[in-house]
Amino acid sequence: MIPELGTFALVLALLLALAQAFFGIAGPALGKDRWSAVARPAALGQTALSLLALLALADAFVQHDFSVRYVAENSNSALPLIYRIAAVWGAHEGSMLLWTCILGFWTVAVALKSRGLPPTFAARVLGVLGLVAAGFLLFLLATSNPFERLSPAAPDGRDLNPLLQDPALAAHPPMLYLGYVGFSVAFAFACAAMLEGKLDQAWARWTRPWTTAAWAFLSIGIALGSWWAYYELGWGGYWFWDPVENASFMPWLMGTALIHSLAVTDKRGLFKSWTLLLAILTFSLSLLGTFLVRSGVLVSVHSFAADPTRGIFILIFLIITIGGALTLYAWRAPLLKSTAGFELTAREAFLLFNNILLVVACTSVFAGTLAPLISDAAGLGTVSVGAQYFNPVFMLPVVPLLALVAVGMHAGWKKGRLSEKRRTLLATAALAAAFALAIVLGVEGGIPWLTPVAIALGAWIILSSLVEPLMRLRRGLSLSRSVLGMSLAHVGLGVFVLAVAAVETYTVERDVALRVGETATVGSFEYRLESMGPMEGPNYDGVRGIVVVSRDGRELARLHPEKRQYWVQRSVMTEAGIENDITRNIFAAIGDDLGEGKWSIRAQVRPFISYVWLAAFLMAIGGGLAASDRRYQRREAAASTRPGVLAPS
Amino acid sequence: MSNLRSLLLILLALGSAVVGAVDPEEMADPALQARYRALTHELRCMQCQNQSIADSPVGLAGDLRREVRELLQQGKTDDEIRGWMRERYGAFILFRPEFSPRNAWLWLLPGVLLLGGGLIGWRILRQRQALEPLDSDTPEDST
Amino acid sequence: MNRFLLPLGLFAALVLVLAIGVRRAPEKSVIQSVLLGKSAPDFVAPVLGSPDGARFEANSLRGRWYLLNVWGTWCAECRNEHATLLQIKATGKAPIVGLDWKDQPQDALSWLRQLGNPYEIVAEDRDGRIAINYGVYGAPETFLVDPQGIIAYKHVGAMTDEIWAQKFLARIEPTGARPSP
Repeated sequence: MIPELGTFALVLALLLALAQAFFGIAGPALGKDRWSAVARPAALGQTALSLLALLALADAFVQHDFSVRYVAENSNSALPLIYRIAAVWGAHEGSMLLWTCILGFWTVAVALKSRGLPPTFAARVLGVLGLVAAGFLLFLLATSNPFERLSPAAPDGRDLNPLLQDPALAAHPPMLYLGYVGFSVAFAFACAAMLEGKLDQAWARWTRPWTTAAWAFLSIGIALGSWWAYYELGWGGYWFWDPVENASFMPWLMGTALIHSLAVTDKRGLFKSWTLLLAILTFSLSLLGTFLVRSGVLVSVHSFAADPTRGIFILIFLIITIGGALTLYAWRAPLLKSTAGFELTAREAFLLFNNILLVVACTSVFAGTLAPLISDAAGLGTVSVGAQYFNPVFMLPVVPLLALVAVGMHAGWKKGRLSEKRRTLLATAALAAAFALAIVLGVEGGIPWLTPVAIALGAWIILSSLVEPLMRLRRGLSLSRSVLGMSLAHVGLGVFVLAVAAVETYTVERDVALRVGETATVGSFEYRLESMGPMEGPNYDGVRGIVVVSRDGRELARLHPEKRQYWVQRSVMTEAGIENDITRNIFAAIGDDLGEGKWSIRAQVRPFISYVWLAAFLMAIGGGLAASDRRYQRREAAASTRPGVLAPS
Repeated sequence: MSNLRSLLLILLALGSAVVGAVDPEEMADPALQARYRALTHELRCMQCQNQSIADSPVGLAGDLRREVRELLQQGKTDDEIRGWMRERYGAFILFRPEFSPRNAWLWLLPGVLLLGGGLIGWRILRQRQALEPLDSDTPEDST
Repeated sequence: MNRFLLPLGLFAALVLVLAIGVRRAPEKSVIQSVLLGKSAPDFVAPVLGSPDGARFEANSLRGRWYLLNVWGTWCAECRNEHATLLQIKATGKAPIVGLDWKDQPQDALSWLRQLGNPYEIVAEDRDGRIAINYGVYGAPETFLVDPQGIIAYKHVGAMTDEIWAQKFLARIEPTGARPSP
């Protein structure tokens, strides 16, 4: 009964979404205010119904309703409650429902906060969001209904993929989608502006907080995925340039460019058509990512059950939304011109190159990710692309970018005035260089040339970001959330660079074969296998070992790696034993049973790897602070709007 | 005296424990070990398909790592080892796309983009330098 | 106006690439074997269940069609295809040579005793070297080898009656209609 209600709720939601789309767009176009006013209530209703459907699905899981096919495929009577709930978004159909609900969440947020916007503009924004929602609801109902029944009902379920039975991974899709889908707001604002025929600084100011907030969530989502991969997926790797990882990283890169471009448009009314294009492309990358993961065109450790029918549906949806938006762009953008200038060392110049370098990086990742498809379609045969391509190709634009960050923060708008900051810049640069030198000379071992460069850049960015807030505090000046958020986010970036440099240069790693009681030397550490014995969990069994890691005779960590075999899906999972210290992670994972009581153990000590994810959180908090700045709360007096003529401003 | 004896016995025991931990996956020659690390990070684990055989805990990855070790000990070059793998598993097993006429576009693209982007950026800079900063009400140190 | 059409133009090209990709998607999830059309790698291996240490040499099968089925008792999907393999044996069209991959002989023998033995002979690949030479990456996999010792086809995953009929039998006994690629 409840699953059928779920389907019914989705149908109603679809109808409301269509209404939201139709009235939201046709109302302003035809000058019918009563029509425009329908958009907001329709949006609220559509979200409520989607949420109801999500609750219905959750209920089916909690109640062990194996007559629902999706539940039978992703749950089991032995599955703990928390994972039964997480299983709601554990596979394709449910995750699409989550996508839709999160789109609803953002839609409601916009609807409620849009009272300060001109009514026709607000209606158009909601209209575009309604169009996107309608597309996804139609996709759900037509090809991916999570409420499909199994007849006869299964006696028990096939269990949730053991990889997903983990708290970090349970939280990863919601966070990721909050980010991914959040960029739809910027997209909707862009389309609304194009439909209005007007794009000015006010538009940029409205769009900024939404975009920054989405970006913050996406940062957390990506960090969660990376963290999970580290302790769950294999042997201590944290980024694989897997197509699905890239599918979330590309919107992040483009979103970062967008945030910075919006700042320029907001402050100076420049780069308008470029910002417009970025707003379209960022969400387009989110949609494209959704397509890539579910259509079976790319091979990944990660992909959902590939289904070309779904692939075709999403492709058509992409053509309509992205193609439509880009057509609008080709029509409206030529009229956007600005005549303001700026100097060579002005902030605008730095942000210009920030954007160029980020877009180059994003495009390179795009090319590498789609290379197998492109090569195949063009008849060039198979090509396979991995870290050996992505790493150098990504660093090519990013290293110069990092150098620009430390300086650009201090450049003034219009005039740069860097000469005034020369002492500060030189002092911070010198400190950073000294720091890098100290590290490199102090820690033994041969290192690649890039390491001191990266350390210096990371340190410089951190120091540079702290200058402004510290100076303001010292002078008793106010510190707006905007400035604080920006500084924090950039500090996060610096920490990230330092952490990656440390991890990639100073990781100690070895695969050893140990019997119980034996010790192996790994770098300057000793790994001893203290015990290895069978164990059992709620829905799995396997072996658990105790590995004691010491240095110079002092015990540093007791690790409990496990190798689990899940009963239902019969897959084997390695749970690494990890201990976190303030300066490093000590890691052990169980490999093969080598016979005669010997076990293969992956021993690894990774300095500062936790700071990689901490940095992402810092960036997210910075973004969140900046997005909540008071200046965005000011109500805008409803300006008069005339559809049609685009006025340059 | 008995303390010393106990100490010696303990050391002996510890020593033999260390000797017993023979690494199954390490090469005696450091130069070969370095090549082994590099190669195993370049080869895809065909079972977990987006991890390298260095990073994958599954059995097939272990078997392939063993092959790499044996080929290295036979004196094969890195290219010969990659070729050996490709003969059996196809280009898909290599993470680094080879630099051939067919793949040239992939390797050249990032550099071309960077150059192109730099030129466009430079042009825009020159254009904007020549213009007057018209609106003057932006406080210059705001974000 | 021109340069503002560029994004749309690039998008159109992307759509084309994706459309081609989607059409080809079902085959793409399985990696094509590089060994199709090449000689089946020769090997000499111990025979399962032979007390006197007999060895099996692959070349001894030259002159007739045969299937090489890679399996193991640890592999869940291999259990699923067992019935089909027994049926193929019953047809007598081509013998099935088993390659017991990374397995224990006692486990393999009791498995075959329990479920029936579709194989004419089973070679043991204890350390996985033979499988690597055949480019095997996940059991079960089944190769079709022609009388000249060339690999004519490879199927990854459990054998089904349809696959047998459409991909294997159609090559062994072509009815005039070309077998599906």
